[in-house]
Amino acid sequence: MRELTYVEAIREGLNQAMAADPRVFLIGEDVGVYGGAFGASAGLHQQYGAGRVVDTPISEAGIAGACVGAALTGMRPVGEIQFMDFITISMEQLVLQAAKIRYMFGGKATVPMVLRTPGGSGTGAAAQHSESLENWFVHIPGLKVVMPSTPYDAKGLLLAAIDDDNPVIFVEHKLLYKTKGPVPEEPYRLPLGQTDVKRVGKHLTVVATSIMVPRALQAAEQLAAEGIELEVVDPRTLSPLDEGPIIQSVIKTGRLMVVHEAHKNGGFGGEIVGRVAESEAFDFLEAPVKRLCGLDVPIPYNRTLEAAAVPQVADIVREAKKLVG
Amino acid sequence: MATRTRNTATANRRPQTTARASQTAAIPTEWGQTGAIERLRKMMVIRAFEEKAEELFSLGRVHGTMHLSIGQEASAVGAASALREGDYLLNTHRGHGHCLAWFGSEVQLMMAEFMGKETGYCRGRGGSMHIANVDANNLGANGIVAGGLPISVGVGLSIKQRGTEQVCLTVFGDGGANTGAFHEAVNMASIWQLPVIYLCENNQYAMSMPMKRAFNIPRVADRALGYGIPGVTVDGNDIVAVYRAMQDAVARARAGAGPTLVESVTYRWRGHSKSDKQAYRTRDEVKEWQAQDPIRRFGRVLKLAEAEFDAHRAWADQRINEAVTFSEASAEPKIEQILEGIYA
Repeated sequence: MRELTYVEAIREGLNQAMAADPRVFLIGEDVGVYGGAFGASAGLHQQYGAGRVVDTPISEAGIAGACVGAALTGMRPVGEIQFMDFITISMEQLVLQAAKIRYMFGGKATVPMVLRTPGGSGTGAAAQHSESLENWFVHIPGLKVVMPSTPYDAKGLLLAAIDDDNPVIFVEHKLLYKTKGPVPEEPYRLPLGQTDVKRVGKHLTVVATSIMVPRALQAAEQLAAEGIELEVVDPRTLSPLDEGPIIQSVIKTGRLMVVHEAHKNGGFGGEIVGRVAESEAFDFLEAPVKRLCGLDVPIPYNRTLEAAAVPQVADIVREAKKLVG
Repeated sequence: MATRTRNTATANRRPQTTARASQTAAIPTEWGQTGAIERLRKMMVIRAFEEKAEELFSLGRVHGTMHLSIGQEASAVGAASALREGDYLLNTHRGHGHCLAWFGSEVQLMMAEFMGKETGYCRGRGGSMHIANVDANNLGANGIVAGGLPISVGVGLSIKQRGTEQVCLTVFGDGGANTGAFHEAVNMASIWQLPVIYLCENNQYAMSMPMKRAFNIPRVADRALGYGIPGVTVDGNDIVAVYRAMQDAVARARAGAGPTLVESVTYRWRGHSKSDKQAYRTRDEVKEWQAQDPIRRFGRVLKLAEAEFDAHRAWADQRINEAVTFSEASAEPKIEQILEGIYA
């Protein structure tokens, strides 16, 4: 199959959604002529014009609100928050408006919007351009949270998110943008809320999100040479979470490690561990569960410190051995 | 685009005198006597609703909180009068009046929502601060000060992209005009010439913070200059003045010429919410403004005899009492349905 990078897959998804449905439009900072800070909308401005690829002033509350208002009145907006860190400025509109409007109005309104945003560290941009804030949104009923880890998932989940009648926070990863993988040319949709087993194994279940999926797969390759088989499970949608395959995997392997880049304290790993502990898989656990997460530190600038702040392949290998050994 | 800030002399921040009240514009010919009476009654329904809400609270028959718009009725009815069916409304936490003045509004469904009943506009899930009637393009009151302002940008963009001739009335208070959301939204609406009317109901206080301490300019409408849009200040207790100012703003928005900031200068007679002891203002100040009762003023414009005026008010009270009866007879939401309506 043809290969695309993660960012090309997103761009193709956006293009196909806009071509198919005049209600879909893009809005965000520098999404127009500039093509988006990471190139996700490159060329779309030329193709669809300024009316459907809307460049905004630096107004993150305004961007989020524009998506809410347009979604409420019959459009299907796709907003971009240039760095996930800046979503802090949009929080009121996302958490208090987008997420709650349907419920507050007695289920009589829909807010079909997608807000795309790149999270994650590894670019040397330090503490204010490297956040992984996905769990803030997982906590809020009314929102959906999607985190693709491959080009294939990125396109299929994006098209499903745009089709969805709910507000979706679509969290991309800056370091994944240039990774390559097979992507079908035609439009296709991967249902939201469907966990994907990325590698089958029998010794340890590794639940990983976003960039930690390829890192876990690399670790699995290395460990396979030593006879340790990791089962790598990618939730893809953090909310609503499809917990079934995770629980089934833990029942099979008897061991669980959760790997994510976001800080450990209050992170999504706690949710996974909690779900497993509440499930029938609890009785099958043969070792304490492990959360391998970002350190509880603002992302430092220095290259060595930055890499040390979040899980790397070697960390996954080391911790997996401890759990299995 | 030419920038113009018009501060009409029909209002200032102090209460108007009776002499000024007599300068109230004549009844618009397009209303006629019938249309004018209809609007008087609408204001009376709002007043009666608010007074009943207050009573129900004091009797312990409803819970939560409420933000009464008593004294501000002319602003709500005057503004809605300049719009037409199909237009959009984004409302404030002090929004009972606007909701009641909106197209197709049914007072019993408002009251049922206020009383938390399944028959209410939002099935009892929203309550006083979140009443919406999405079918009538009333996109809801908002518990967050200026929470509707960023949303107005999206509604405006949506109207523009769909190519309809709708406009969006966005209401907020003097408090809302000091938020960052106000700045982002009004700027975006201006640069894209969106069909939005920003109606600032300056009722003199953001909870306890007086307008004169929270702004270093005399009029909220002066802010319009910074966004390159017209800013108009009107006597918000004069329904005709509000209507006229809104008409200009609506015409401009519908013509694709962009937003207008309309400042409606008024006064809230009651406290901010139910727990307000009002230590920040004097009884005399409240009385001065009560002398500018927008309903009485319009009654004088209509030259109604006392008995006729009272008969209209009795009609309004009757409607409210029926709404309470309807609401009390309505079912409570079922606990087993608590999770309905979170996701589509």
